[in-house]
Amino acid sequence: MEEKPETVLVIGGGIAGIQAALDLGDMGIKVHLVEKKPAIGGRMAQLDKTFPTNDCSICILSPKLADCFRHPNITIHTLSEVKNVAGEIGNFSVELRKYARFVKENECVNCGECAAKCPVKVADEFDMELRKREAIYPYYLQGVPAVMTIDKENCLYLTRGVCRICEKFCTREAIDFEQKDTDTTLNVGAVIVAIGFDPFDPSGIPQYGYKRYRNVITSLEYERLICASGPTGGHLTRPSDKKAPETIAFIQCVGSRDLKNNRYCSSVCCMHATKEAMLAYEHDPKVTSYIFYMDLRAAGKGFQKYVARGEREYNMNYIRSRVAKITEDRNENLIVRYEETQSSKTRKMTVDLAVLATSLIPRRGVEKLAKVLGVELDEYNFFKTNPLSPLDTTRPGIFVCGCCREPTDIPESVAQASGAAGRAAETVMR
Amino acid sequence: MPGLAKYALSLPNVVFAKDNQYTCSDAGLTEIKNAIAENKLNRVVVASCTPRTHEPLFRSTCKDAGLNPYLFHFVNIRDQCSWVHMQETERATEKAKALIRMGVARAVLLEPLEETEVEIYPCALVIGGGITGMTSAVSLANRGFEVKLIEKEDRLGGTLNSLHRLYPTHEEASKLVQVKMKEVERKPKIEVMTSSEVEEVEGFVGNYDVTVRQGEKERLFKAGVIIVATGADTLKPVGMYGYNGKTIVTQIELEQMLKEGTLNAHTIVMIQCVGSRDEKRAYCSKVCCLTALKNAMLIKEANPNAQVFVLYRDMVTQGTRYEDYYGNARETGITFIKYSPERQPAVENGSVRVYDELLGEELILPYDLVVLSTPTIAHPDSSDLAQKLKVPVDENGFFLEAHVKLRPVDFATDGIYVCGCAHWPANISESISQAYGAASRASIPLSVGHVKTEPLIAVVDEYECSGCGLCELTCPFKAIRIEETEKGRKAKVIAASCKGCGACGAGCPEKAIIMRHFTDEQLLAQVIALAEVKA
Repeated sequence: MEEKPETVLVIGGGIAGIQAALDLGDMGIKVHLVEKKPAIGGRMAQLDKTFPTNDCSICILSPKLADCFRHPNITIHTLSEVKNVAGEIGNFSVELRKYARFVKENECVNCGECAAKCPVKVADEFDMELRKREAIYPYYLQGVPAVMTIDKENCLYLTRGVCRICEKFCTREAIDFEQKDTDTTLNVGAVIVAIGFDPFDPSGIPQYGYKRYRNVITSLEYERLICASGPTGGHLTRPSDKKAPETIAFIQCVGSRDLKNNRYCSSVCCMHATKEAMLAYEHDPKVTSYIFYMDLRAAGKGFQKYVARGEREYNMNYIRSRVAKITEDRNENLIVRYEETQSSKTRKMTVDLAVLATSLIPRRGVEKLAKVLGVELDEYNFFKTNPLSPLDTTRPGIFVCGCCREPTDIPESVAQASGAAGRAAETVMR
Repeated sequence: MPGLAKYALSLPNVVFAKDNQYTCSDAGLTEIKNAIAENKLNRVVVASCTPRTHEPLFRSTCKDAGLNPYLFHFVNIRDQCSWVHMQETERATEKAKALIRMGVARAVLLEPLEETEVEIYPCALVIGGGITGMTSAVSLANRGFEVKLIEKEDRLGGTLNSLHRLYPTHEEASKLVQVKMKEVERKPKIEVMTSSEVEEVEGFVGNYDVTVRQGEKERLFKAGVIIVATGADTLKPVGMYGYNGKTIVTQIELEQMLKEGTLNAHTIVMIQCVGSRDEKRAYCSKVCCLTALKNAMLIKEANPNAQVFVLYRDMVTQGTRYEDYYGNARETGITFIKYSPERQPAVENGSVRVYDELLGEELILPYDLVVLSTPTIAHPDSSDLAQKLKVPVDENGFFLEAHVKLRPVDFATDGIYVCGCAHWPANISESISQAYGAASRASIPLSVGHVKTEPLIAVVDEYECSGCGLCELTCPFKAIRIEETEKGRKAKVIAASCKGCGACGAGCPEKAIIMRHFTDEQLLAQVIALAEVKA
């Protein structure tokens, strides 16, 4: 065998990156798993349940997080970013920057004493800003590594030089305000990109009233609202008056299949809306859901059956339509105006809560990473691939999987992740 | 939940009980490990979700804490209580108590077991020589593994051999086949067997004995892992819409006409969802909308004056590439008409009658050719192969993966993998991704060279065994056989083949077969605990 490093860099610690890392690690290949956030888990960790089995998302993800953490061949780099990539297939030199956590990962036991004393309150990103957290915080309850992080943008000591109260109350002496960002160089044979997606911000579609009406929320916000570990402890209440909604409108293709925003179909929204409507009914059988859709795209394994079950047993109504406008009445109920295509009539309906199925868009800042990696993006800024070599980027030795190559559901992301791991292994174990 | 923990603590032999919200999180697992160390626990019971996804995790947690992993018992109060009795909280809690009581009763009797290590024979069997199977084979060969690639037809290529061009690039299907075949040919590690079918597979992960029939000949060889890439079939719509194979054809037949340049029709009507999304076949076959778009565009390309109508229910053009593709098709002047399943189109007297849902009017479309978009269906040989491999198929006859969400290319059986249309309708791009995925998964045991197998198998008590041979007859895995010993005829379990299903144990008239980890004593203790009413 030639002198090549049998090591692979995986960028992105969501389900795709995790699966790729686990496959490679299990083959005996060393993996550096790089995650920008304070913990791995990605978008899947934010979901409540998953279609079409309604398995609890974090529950099926958690064993994989633990496997990654304990794997002798996997090194997890959280709060880290790839700064530069030089070299070529089989021998890349990667500059990695790890941002200071200001908490010693080996000492912190995640007890939470520090957060209980922290005087700062800021919007929590993981819970889609639906609750406040402190400036020292766990990224999420089941996050791996299970340690606290100090948010340097908001910490009083790091911004104004006063406080340090967390340090006083930490019995493990785990707080370290002296921690600096550190740079390391890794030598790897191949790279897998799995940085996932961001949700589209629907405030750009003013007629839907997002941010203007409190009871118009996005699907990812809904996932947190209905999740047992979310901001309301899993009690589905609408933001304006904490009332349990009895009618919910799910508005599909918000920002997708839309010439003004994203022309493409985001692939997963028909199914997650179906799931979300089912969950509403499971929480409270008084709920009736209306799904406003254009084409029902339920093509995956077991999906049509899932939709049929929803319609039959869960008080769900699919309405083929395009929603034109949402307005609000004096009780902050929402009036949904839509054209029902079956009758070609415009109609309106009053509901308690509206959930916007926002499209899946490339991660903000993806251009910078693409430049660092020296790979091309497609016209929408997803990583460019050829349909016949679907996991290869435009640069040899750099592979891609999951939602950063195209919106993709979890099973397809996992299959692609294994595939990208296989492609990377072909490179380093040749 | 706190109530359940308190209840558990009141049970005999329980010295420690605690509830927490996420037992499977790192924090929860650390708590278990600490509890084992601090209280010198010798059995662990977790009452939470399902062993299907979480038993390995808790077992290895016990192991990390120095406890034999088989001294762990899982009580599934999610599926069996909170899911099925969602609206009856109190009674569900009572049932949870009973299940926990039963679990504890069994846990007390659990015995430590040791896993056995099995060597992996360094060769992969890939069944199916289409684009999916060829891709898997090349990927494994690139890693230096030996591959046997089995194809039923006399040449490689599979379904691609009957296609004209591929969406979205409109590249010729035959070109892709040629390129892939060359790659296969260039790999000395791949042995291709065409006109061959798998006759018999015996053994277990790492050690499969495979018999392949090649015409008159039989070939026997060993394989460590198996990839199923047998593809699928397309429904022939016999008796539907007047299908006659001439003026009323399928999309595949249209592809053949396009390929041979024999299409001679000016007005073409395509009908989508013929034989799918109905009562018999409830599923959407995913690839038919795009196939129709492709063929409609190719027709328009060759003859811009041709009139093409596509009668559809929902256009399934997902992802970043296909919405534009659909838009392009509309721009070429193809007419799309939405129909509803309640008012199916009808083909009669040289025209198609369809109720256009969006116009709210019935249309009569005279045609030269009607093209029926029929679904991808499971290959008729699939169930036969599934039996040989002892893997399951789903209600539609497609191979059933280990977990729909997180193990899409694995079977529940170690060492066997699935990809492409054998698993579910998939386009070329998806099939190729999955082919790499299955190759990657299959390469794990091949790379490591050995694998641990669960010791949950049958063992024979030689003193009780009368050698009647009933077990040998009942075993679906050929894992138990009668042998002549010094003490006469005795049953013997082939440990690596035994799947621990229990069929032999249940049938043994002498009660001479003990199911490890599920002994009669353990199960009876559970039943007795269920009957116990707490004072």
